[in-house]
Amino acid sequence: MNKTVNQKAWFLVLPVLVLVAFSAVIPLMTVVNYSVQDTFGNNQFFWAGLEWFREMLASERMWNALSRQLAFSVIILAIEIPLGIYIALNMPKKGFWASFCLVLMSLPLLIPWNVVGTIWQIFGRVDIGLLGYTLDKIGVSYNYTQDFFAAWATLIVMDVWHWTSLVALLAYAGLQSIPDAYYQAAKIDQASRWNVFRFIELPKMAGVLMIAILLRFMDSFMIYTEPFVVTGGGPGNATTFLSIDLVKMAMGQFDLGPAAAFSIMYFLVILLISWVFYTVMTNLDKRDGV
Amino acid sequence: MAKITLDNLAHSYLPNPSGEADYALKELNHDWADGEAYALLGSSGCGKSTLLNIISGLLHPSQGRILFDGNDVTHAPTAARNIAQVFQFPVVYDTMTVRDNLAFPLRNRGANPTYIAQRVNQIAAMIGMEDRLGQKARGLTADAKQKISLGRGMVREDVNALLFDEPLTVIDPHMKWELRTQLKALHHEFGHTMIYVTHDQTEALTFADKVVVMYDGRVVQIGTPQELFERPAHTFVGYFIGSPGMNLFDATIDGATATIANTSVDLGAGYAAAGQLQVGVRPEFIQLSTDGSGIPAQIKRVEDVGRHKIVRLEVNGQNIAAIANEGASIPADANHITFDPKGINVYANDWRVAPAAEAA
Repeated sequence: MNKTVNQKAWFLVLPVLVLVAFSAVIPLMTVVNYSVQDTFGNNQFFWAGLEWFREMLASERMWNALSRQLAFSVIILAIEIPLGIYIALNMPKKGFWASFCLVLMSLPLLIPWNVVGTIWQIFGRVDIGLLGYTLDKIGVSYNYTQDFFAAWATLIVMDVWHWTSLVALLAYAGLQSIPDAYYQAAKIDQASRWNVFRFIELPKMAGVLMIAILLRFMDSFMIYTEPFVVTGGGPGNATTFLSIDLVKMAMGQFDLGPAAAFSIMYFLVILLISWVFYTVMTNLDKRDGV
Repeated sequence: MAKITLDNLAHSYLPNPSGEADYALKELNHDWADGEAYALLGSSGCGKSTLLNIISGLLHPSQGRILFDGNDVTHAPTAARNIAQVFQFPVVYDTMTVRDNLAFPLRNRGANPTYIAQRVNQIAAMIGMEDRLGQKARGLTADAKQKISLGRGMVREDVNALLFDEPLTVIDPHMKWELRTQLKALHHEFGHTMIYVTHDQTEALTFADKVVVMYDGRVVQIGTPQELFERPAHTFVGYFIGSPGMNLFDATIDGATATIANTSVDLGAGYAAAGQLQVGVRPEFIQLSTDGSGIPAQIKRVEDVGRHKIVRLEVNGQNIAAIANEGASIPADANHITFDPKGINVYANDWRVAPAAEAA
């Protein structure tokens, strides 16, 4: 077969290349550039090699931020995924109330992140916030600006409030795609409620749940705005997650080199995790085959 | 196994049905004899799936009772009725192996493991899947999955009835034959009461001892394939069964003579009927004539379908069909048709009228 050769066709790819270059490659290269150099201001840079990477890998500060970050992501996933599934299972299947629930559930998703932070920042205040004031009055010692546990609880509850809907909506979509015949067959086979969930609903939801887990993991792993608004990373460093720490380092202390090395490693971690998820998901699809 | 009795059964999907038109299933009394194979035949939306779902307990009827061997189960849940159902689309538990799929209904009922293992092997042999017992059900072909659902239905020895809701719709044509034959063989071997819903007349006629034809929420005729062919009780049965369906001619009737298109036709028996009268004749009982006897007709075209020829004619502005043997030549000057008297049925307001002698 004769292939038509037309080198001019490369021009068709050009817009995409330019777009990707400006939106991703060039900024990323700037970061790479910073990560291997040192500066003392005055726009003078000196070659530093991999020193910043070594320093960051040895830095207790970064490891602490990373473990806080992982703990946060794991906790909110452990709450949001089961809770989202539970809500989806109990939502009305059709009719007015189904639409009503869907709209109600989508509301938190529509609120800008810094507004969510502000809402909870005020909500939790002991002097004027409904939550903080009430807890204080009934004798629970609650102060998210000073107490480690209260700060974490506030952020977790906030994230659960903000994002469980997303999991629920995805799970709900998965459930809606199950034909009635499956439930009828299960009735005829005398399957228990747990077996219906285990053998019908869960397998059918597996695909969307993987997406939900991936989305929630990535989002929570990169969380910045809400904790920054609510706790500002405190008390102490108790809620200083990776991106908060990164911004502190880059903008607060102007340690561009270490911050750049830090961001590259942050980026690689995210890339690695996304790749693992992607591989698992495509393998799931393959198993579905036919 | 059980005899299933429908007593004054009717169902409407509306909360407050007022007229007969509101009922998806109109009032019905019928016994499904123990151990027989029935086909429920009708076009889409005629109420056959509604009826099936009422029997299986997935739907509760608006009125009337269902009895299994004389016990009222109208409000009993599906599980308590001990029936099995095979659905239009194969329902298997994807993440389970074929073996677990087959064992599932027994395990849920707390049967003993040695019995389950032995029974599952037996069923697997029956549906020809012994060699794939360890395989995951996901990834099997549609017909293999449908065989598993069938196997899951039969794994319980004491099922009262096996219900099929158009089970072969998604199966390839060549597998349809195999599965249908297998079903028939299983019925002969185990004598389950089987009710098979379909809109495919071939499927119904080859599978069932008795065919129940439904039309517009009503059972219009219950009979053997032969009865449905020779004596359709309703014009719908005549039209729906047979290929092509029965021809209907508007007529006026006086005793044993009908007048169709200004021509007198001998009916072979006397009828006393009133209302909107029609004479129904299957294409198999229409002959072409060249000698000017019978009803004037023009040949439009001839279709050769292999076993026989279908002659399309126009009579008095109406399209009708006749069947001629494969070898028969169709005379170009044939311009009349005659009826074989034994193939004539008379309908008043769509329902068959028995000849006076038969009625007496």
